[in-house]
Amino acid sequence: MELLEQDFYTQAILSLAALVGLTSFLMLGQGRLLRLIFVFAIQGLLLTLATALAGYSMNNTHLYISAAITLLLKVILIPWMLEKQVFKLNLHRDVEALNNKTAVMLGGASLVVFSYYVLHPVIQDTPLVLLNALAVGLSVVLLGMLLMISHRHAIAHVVGFMSIENGLFFAAIVSTRGMPMIVELGIAFDVLVAAILFGIFFLHISRSIDSLDVDQMNRLNEVDQ
Amino acid sequence: MIAAYLLLLLPLSGIVFFAVLGHHPRVGRINIKFNAFALLMSLWLAIDVFQSGSIISPGQLFLIDSFNVYLIVLTAFVGLTTSIFSAPYMRHEQENGKLSNKRLKLYYSMYQGFMFAMYLVLTTNNMGILWVAMEAATLATVLLVSLYRTPESIEAAWKYFILCGVGIAQALFGTVLLYYAAIQIGDTENALNWTVLYENASQLNPEILEIAFVFMLIGYGTKIGLVPLHNWLPDAHSEGPTPMSAVLSGLLLNDALYAVVRNKMLVDGATQTHIAGHLMMGFGLLSFLVAAIFLHKQQDIKRLFSYSSIEHMGLMTFAFGIGTPFATFAALLHMMVHSLTKSAIFVTVGHAAQIAGTQRIEHIRGLIKTQPAVGWGLLIGTLAIAGFPPFGVFTSEFLVLLATMHSYPWLTPLLLLGIGLACAGLFRNIQPMVYGKQPEGQQLVPANLWPVIIHLVIVLWLGLSIPQSLAEWFNQATILISGSAPL
Amino acid sequence: MNWIIALLQTLLFITLSPLLAGWVKWCKCRLQNRKAPSLLQPYRDLLRLTHKQPVISHTASWLYIATPYIIFSAMVLAASVVPLIAVDLPTAASADVIVLVGFFAFARFFQVLGGMDIGTAFGGMGSSREMMVSSMAEPAMLMAIFTLTMTASSTNLSTAIGFVLNQGLVLRPSFIFALIAMILVAIAETGRIPVDNPATHLELTMIHEAMVLEYSGRHLALIEWASFTKLMIFGVLICNIFFPWGMAEEFTLSALGSALLWLMLKLSILAVLLAVSETLFAKMRLFRVPEYLSFAYLIGLLGLLSHIILEASR
Repeated sequence: MELLEQDFYTQAILSLAALVGLTSFLMLGQGRLLRLIFVFAIQGLLLTLATALAGYSMNNTHLYISAAITLLLKVILIPWMLEKQVFKLNLHRDVEALNNKTAVMLGGASLVVFSYYVLHPVIQDTPLVLLNALAVGLSVVLLGMLLMISHRHAIAHVVGFMSIENGLFFAAIVSTRGMPMIVELGIAFDVLVAAILFGIFFLHISRSIDSLDVDQMNRLNEVDQ
Repeated sequence: MIAAYLLLLLPLSGIVFFAVLGHHPRVGRINIKFNAFALLMSLWLAIDVFQSGSIISPGQLFLIDSFNVYLIVLTAFVGLTTSIFSAPYMRHEQENGKLSNKRLKLYYSMYQGFMFAMYLVLTTNNMGILWVAMEAATLATVLLVSLYRTPESIEAAWKYFILCGVGIAQALFGTVLLYYAAIQIGDTENALNWTVLYENASQLNPEILEIAFVFMLIGYGTKIGLVPLHNWLPDAHSEGPTPMSAVLSGLLLNDALYAVVRNKMLVDGATQTHIAGHLMMGFGLLSFLVAAIFLHKQQDIKRLFSYSSIEHMGLMTFAFGIGTPFATFAALLHMMVHSLTKSAIFVTVGHAAQIAGTQRIEHIRGLIKTQPAVGWGLLIGTLAIAGFPPFGVFTSEFLVLLATMHSYPWLTPLLLLGIGLACAGLFRNIQPMVYGKQPEGQQLVPANLWPVIIHLVIVLWLGLSIPQSLAEWFNQATILISGSAPL
Repeated sequence: MNWIIALLQTLLFITLSPLLAGWVKWCKCRLQNRKAPSLLQPYRDLLRLTHKQPVISHTASWLYIATPYIIFSAMVLAASVVPLIAVDLPTAASADVIVLVGFFAFARFFQVLGGMDIGTAFGGMGSSREMMVSSMAEPAMLMAIFTLTMTASSTNLSTAIGFVLNQGLVLRPSFIFALIAMILVAIAETGRIPVDNPATHLELTMIHEAMVLEYSGRHLALIEWASFTKLMIFGVLICNIFFPWGMAEEFTLSALGSALLWLMLKLSILAVLLAVSETLFAKMRLFRVPEYLSFAYLIGLLGLLSHIILEASR
């Protein structure tokens, strides 16, 4: 299972997997919303490239359609919607100061190790070296969750949520050469509707509590005052 | 099979219909008619399956077997009775100015959308579409939880959206792993079909399926409301309009449990160990005990009953986890009686909140004097859900206790403790609400309590003697799930 | 014979380093729309400084006078260890990455002490800042280098570069991460923007310059030359570890000549990129440098992890 024994496409897909993981880390450290959305779009673009490469090297036309859907949804449509929201709510000048960036980053690295540990029995016995990228997929999911935990802004939560979907999509591509088309279309539709609903939510939240800081949403408690 | 197609097409057309016409004053009745028709379709399907066994659609897209047809009928029934309740309730809300026309349109169209998603969850054969439909059910109800647009309800809806969305993404990862395990052994086109997977379960890689099941338990378990993933449930169920609480508590939790049990059947076939069952038992027991403790702290009536929902879903998960035919029979029965009782309770709670003008327990008093129907409904409903004989919940809880004593005797004291705690917590709060001194200014509300009466009568009937056809139905489902009959 | 080539390679290293610094300065000036000094200006500066008499404070100790010589010798030794144009060094036995890092640490130790020796406030400030930066930059650099050594299963630079060279074009995910980490660390260690501005005259913004504020004459010339050599060492490391094609594998004149040309091409491209980044970015505030360096460390760690996850054979 040496890297050298694989053809160029497999190496390229593995490198793209590493870069997708890198974008997840870059998102963890971002304080500015517009840059966060930009890095998210880059992640989507890398994902599209990886899908198209996988489709080319495995001769699977399915994957070209998936790549096109990902490009449309994750690189163009959703970042555009989020950017529009940021400008409409006048948030493009805010810088969110994360107070323990180093701890968050190191936590992210340990999540990568953890995801590899979890998937080790799956990866162990297969001859397909691509499957190692499954660990990267799971770590992108976990890093998306870490992004949601460490940021206070609602739009950062949405970006984290979408990057979780990115990680899942990547895991599906790498391990199964793409899910059946109808399932992929269903998932894409769900993601789109979720994005639209998030947009509606931002409007409601900002109208009701006048900010998008989720720390302000704390009226519902277990312990009543 | 036509019945299944109609069952799905009808709510789908309902979405469009109500999006356009939802503000019309008589729209509540049309909603009732939609749901009644769906109930007829589901009964037709049930009779079909009862007589001739499982039905698979051409193209293997839909599967109706004894397990899900029972849930389909239950869903349709509770959907119908809730819509009967919701018609005057929503009209009252509209007249009081709490809801605009636009929001009523949203409410009715999303009601049908939600029903569509749930029918799709129950009838689909494809595990991927199952996931898509569960996510769609979440999306359909998210905007409904924040229907009143108060800061609390928006917060509850946001929590619901984020927690359930992230949770269900884990379930998608589990589905991907399942698909990966499936394509190792055969063709890729039908690899996500449950029938194909179930037939070839013993050939699937056990390690991969174990990891996949953990992800799916966490994912769908978030939607069931298993502790520690339950945080969205009390908020979402208490802040939305009451028909929404009834439907969420009664139906959506059942569907998520259905998804987990389907996956458990696959994992059991593959691993030949009990790890799936043990995980379910652990989470179920934890939810049961934690919810029973938290019940005591609640000061909002709907939150109180949401914790009761978490507790009962924990008990059901525990029972399905035990896995013996006896426990499975008990769990199926409990699914039915819990749905019926909980939706009935939420109906009365909704009326009680309307009477008192608030949802806080300390401000609701003397219901039996103000509007006796509501007061008695609440009292009897609470008696039922706390597990008093002769109601059906007592029967199913008793069966679960018996099953536990048979397989894991040392867990029985914990179950008894939980049941006792929950009963105490519920009655501590209900007693003053129903009997206390009537405060000033409370007036009667137009209430259609027939749904409550019908539900409670059915639950009483099931507690006294389960009709033969229903028992046969449960038997078939139990054989499917756990391999042999209990009786 | 090989030892003569080793000596020539080291001489080539230290004579080419001012040219590289001059080229970087030329690019920066042109990018900022200024008239640039000639490429040979650093040589003229070094020559001018050696003719001047060093002015030494009367509170200085032997350390102050010995430091420039120690720093310069350490850099020369480090330059002899890094493969410049030939992969197979005669000094290969000692061409270990850890030895290289040790040389840098040795030089840095004396530079820091030299900055504090006279007792000026700025010297002490520069020294403490330098120690803070290097305490985080060294682990990051080691992480990046370890990725290479784990791929090649040896910490010897010659063996490792030879290994990578002989495998042809292989896209390694871990190398992408190691390259990014190495670039980030190189900027920090050589004191370029955005960590430290080499052209600043404001003492409170200095890190490296503050330590050498008091030096003059031939001492200053040696220290300047040592910093040019350090810049070139990092540049050569980045070029030869990650893009080693063109290096000479045998000691024939044609191979060495073409390797030299390839190296100069790669270094000049790297220098242009450095100049562009120095022009585009502003210097970071000091309290953000630890964040920057821990990010570099993290990238190096990710490179190691991706090596283990994605590449290592089982």
